[in-house]
Amino acid sequence: MNFRKYLVLAGVTVFAVAGDSMLSHGMKQVGTISIHHLQSVFSAVTNPWVALGILFLLGFFATYTTALSWADLTYVMPATALGYVLLALVARFVLHEYISPLRWLGIVLITSGVGFVAGGPALTEHPLGEAGKIAEGSRAEKSPPFDSAQGKLLAKDARNGAPQVGITGKV
Amino acid sequence: MRTLYTWSAILAIVFASVVGDVLLSHAMKQVGDVGELRRRAGLLHVIVRTLSNPNFLFAVASMAAAFFSLLFALSWGDVSLVAPAAASLTFIANAVAAKIFLHEKVDRRRWIAASLVAAGVALLAG
Repeated sequence: MNFRKYLVLAGVTVFAVAGDSMLSHGMKQVGTISIHHLQSVFSAVTNPWVALGILFLLGFFATYTTALSWADLTYVMPATALGYVLLALVARFVLHEYISPLRWLGIVLITSGVGFVAGGPALTEHPLGEAGKIAEGSRAEKSPPFDSAQGKLLAKDARNGAPQVGITGKV
Repeated sequence: MRTLYTWSAILAIVFASVVGDVLLSHAMKQVGDVGELRRRAGLLHVIVRTLSNPNFLFAVASMAAAFFSLLFALSWGDVSLVAPAAASLTFIANAVAAKIFLHEKVDRRRWIAASLVAAGVALLAG
């Protein structure tokens, strides 16, 4: 995990929160959409907040997808949960809303959960199959791209390079 | 009856979300490290490679299904029940699914993290 990757994870959180908030704000301006006039949902897109919200949620999806390309799902998931914490902090310090003690406890639980998982390896290493793209701080990060002909060689190299982090398979 | 409908919809959200997340994660591992790929072959190549992955397309379809299940759930139940229940159950179910289907090493550290986050989300969104 390098700085750029932490930046992507931060992007997942920030884009999700910003997108959701803008969408919510925009839809309150648009007003209730009746089940009989579902087509009016399309005109909601012309609201600048809704349009901006959708743009940010596209950013969320792009960063989420990018993160999943080099980290485990169980590693990225807690990062997305940080969005709830960010949302609560914005509500408290920007919108000056009241946060109950139970919600503060929720913030503490999520933050400690994220701290727990962030301390471990980001990617489970599978010695065979997808072995070419072992990410976690190993030499494989700077190695040539995965090639099926070289796969075996790279897998061996990756095992030698980073034997200390979460290898599930037997070497 | 309404409670049954609401919980069925919540389970549908969780199921569709988990299928979507697992497929997306699997698809992106097949695509490979996006940053590295972009440096090597350009952004267009990354986009084409991602969009042409069948697992990616199924993942997006599942996420759409989860979104529509959410709409149904919200029409039957309160948002204060639906949102935290669906979100926290998804965290736990994702950890189980990632272990079974993606063969991720979900060690004690990650189980604790998933449980803490699920509990936290339930408290915060409730």
